[in-house]
Amino acid sequence: MFKTLIFGFLLGIVGTIAAVYYLPVVDQYRESSIITVAPNGGNTEAFHMNIPMDRIMTGAPDQAEPVPLGLEWPDGETFSGLSAELFKIRNADDVVIGVASRVASESEKFGDSIEWVVHLPARGTLHISMPPESVDGIRRVGTVRAGTREFGPMHGWVSERWVANTDDDDEDAPDGRIELVTSLVGEFADEVPEETS
Amino acid sequence: MIRHLIALVIGVILGAVAAVALLYYNPLAARNRLSPLSVSDQEIISLAYSAVAQDAIVYTNDGESRVHPRPIKVQQLWEAPVRRTDVLVTVLSDSRNNPAGIGIKFMSDSERTRLINGEVLVDSAWHIVLPERGSLFMFQTENYWNFLRQIVVPAYWSSGDSWKGSWYGNTTVGPGALGTARVWGGFGEFAGLDSEAVESISARAYSVAEGPVAMEGRLTIEVVGRVESQAAELATE
Repeated sequence: MFKTLIFGFLLGIVGTIAAVYYLPVVDQYRESSIITVAPNGGNTEAFHMNIPMDRIMTGAPDQAEPVPLGLEWPDGETFSGLSAELFKIRNADDVVIGVASRVASESEKFGDSIEWVVHLPARGTLHISMPPESVDGIRRVGTVRAGTREFGPMHGWVSERWVANTDDDDEDAPDGRIELVTSLVGEFADEVPEETS
Repeated sequence: MIRHLIALVIGVILGAVAAVALLYYNPLAARNRLSPLSVSDQEIISLAYSAVAQDAIVYTNDGESRVHPRPIKVQQLWEAPVRRTDVLVTVLSDSRNNPAGIGIKFMSDSERTRLINGEVLVDSAWHIVLPERGSLFMFQTENYWNFLRQIVVPAYWSSGDSWKGSWYGNTTVGPGALGTARVWGGFGEFAGLDSEAVESISARAYSVAEGPVAMEGRLTIEVVGRVESQAAELATE
């Protein structure tokens, strides 16, 4: 019986360590990426935020109705030209796949700027910078400053536009949506892996 | 036969407990290392923030975690793809403790977490805006193993369901080879910056019911490269 106990003890140690080693502790839920290939334009992917449903925060100086209710935006000269928004971000199938921040900054010293950070937990994060002026009266176009994980080797541009809802019949429909369209290309390595050559 | 079966089950349970103890007290697991930026001779920006959710401008998560969202009415991240993500919006203070700007931190549990290696990993990204200087984007992998082992677990073991003491540690473990975060500049005098940073935590109190009660985070960012020439250009304009 003692031998059985020792066998069980060793089995318990090996089984637990094997379980800890092989079973994933974290398994992020993934939605399929909905990417199209533009002619000579890299990979295009469209994201959007339904307004006001997907707005998590709107922080700006002296706002009458802060979002969320009870938000205390810092006051003082440092924050006078700064406004920040936080959204849930959706893919083309209208499924929430991440979180995004949009910060607009007014500065006499550096000029005005708009920056986005799009964080998709299962894929990576994009940092996008764009000028406040639109290119055609509808869209702002900015560039990808940096990307992480899946987006690490990518660069390209991103457009932002407001699309108002025109369906007056549906009471639950959003007021409109902010649309972000990315057009990214990757960097190719100079060296060809041996197995493909 | 039944006695052998009982012995086997007791053996397996004892073995599992021994394995968990081995992992928990693993001397080879992550040690608190000295930040490589502490010996840097480049300009360093130091930004502090309160790591207590109730001090934040906004803190949100899935709504079922130990740390409660703030303000109460804030939207929670309950959808499956964002359920393991926390977002913190906070005021960042400079080394003189004056408000310097806003920081937005996105934190997602990492699939590279390996308990057997003493790794409880979080992929996090900071969007930092300092209106008088410019903006920064910081990406890092953080390891909370030491934080869990030395603060959270002792808090659960404590009869008061809390931990009090003095704990300091660097959470950043990558992606830089020396365990540093990657930082890119956005606008302003940081435009073009490609540098490194380290995030550290200084904790004094933790509660099982509320999470961190007295805890401060600090970002140490090295300012190198093109930024110096940008700052010089701005000064001459």
